[in-house]
Amino acid sequence: MSAADTAKRSMRTPLGRVRNLGAAHSGTSDFWRQRLTAVAMTLLMIPVLVIIMMLLGRNQAGAKQILGSLPVAIIMLLFIIASAWHMKIGMQVVIEDYVHNEKLKLVSIMLNNFFAAAVALASIYAILQLSSGV
Amino acid sequence: MVEFALPKNSKITGGKTWPKPAGATDVREFRVYRWNPDDGKNPSVDTYYVDTNDCGPMVLDGLIWIKNHIDPSLTFRRSCREGVCGSCAMNIDGQNTLACTRSMHDVKDGAVKINPLPHQPVVKDLVPDLTNFYAQYASVEPWLKTTSPTPQKEWRQSHEDREKLDGLYECILCACCSTSCPSYWWNSDRYLGPAALLQANRWVSDSRDEATGERLDNLEDPFRLYRCHTIMNCAKACPKGLNPAEAIAELKLKMVERQI
Repeated sequence: MSAADTAKRSMRTPLGRVRNLGAAHSGTSDFWRQRLTAVAMTLLMIPVLVIIMMLLGRNQAGAKQILGSLPVAIIMLLFIIASAWHMKIGMQVVIEDYVHNEKLKLVSIMLNNFFAAAVALASIYAILQLSSGV
Repeated sequence: MVEFALPKNSKITGGKTWPKPAGATDVREFRVYRWNPDDGKNPSVDTYYVDTNDCGPMVLDGLIWIKNHIDPSLTFRRSCREGVCGSCAMNIDGQNTLACTRSMHDVKDGAVKINPLPHQPVVKDLVPDLTNFYAQYASVEPWLKTTSPTPQKEWRQSHEDREKLDGLYECILCACCSTSCPSYWWNSDRYLGPAALLQANRWVSDSRDEATGERLDNLEDPFRLYRCHTIMNCAKACPKGLNPAEAIAELKLKMVERQI
């Protein structure tokens, strides 16, 4: 693309183009939450691995017995919330990086939110069902 | 979307190989990107042979030698020839750097390959159009902003506060860092890039400035600031040895600090 091509696209001044719609005054919350969930997942990783190893080879009754313990259920729920949240923010960053068509970007971000919510709720429901023995 | 291939009219075609200088005993091969907006042709890479016994040791010396002795139409920016003005930033042997401070002997194998700074519109040959880059610099309002009455003499600053500007004030705006950043390649219309953000942090870190919050407000944006994913290409490219990634991390920390 030549300099002339760029100039042809718009007659706005370069500074006008850079300022565009102004700063969104957001982004810090997502930045903070991404790090918060990353630290949470790092801390929860070892107990979650231990729980998964305990669950290996057990039948449903055995799994219910392990997940019926309050600390185990809470660790699993915290891990699901942290990882689903982290996944949602991470994927949104990837979409914002690479998808430049505004409509496609909006739809992608919407689907990403739905997907993360669905994964999180399905996992939480499964844990609650198993831990409460319903 | 991200462009994985060059546009049709940007694809590089075979270029001209210029004859070796007559009588030269030590020659160095230079492969230089050429594009002329007036001839309607695609870019090409021309091959030149520089008589290293007849020119200085830096890549810029080689380019000036080519312009003086072989091809006066070769176009590039240069001024101070000592790494202060930032004019001769270009991509040499795959890395963005200043032609005046990169020795051609540091390019180890084969030809010295020279291209314009990546992912910027080209004006001609090795001259990129940095209009957007400079507008982004202007958008961070790089000047002292105060509301207190101007003192009789200068605005005072402690030695400790002055030291906070070290590693920031030395930036020469050569654009090596910004044009080495993939986030800047994909989103330079909205992401300010490492150079402008380092400069923004220079003013945010200045103890004399009274518009710190306003400056942070202006940067707090998922695109303007948070496109930086700390891959550190900027720090690797900077010919002045600065660390824009660290400056951006400091900005992000300040954003969190005022919120939590």
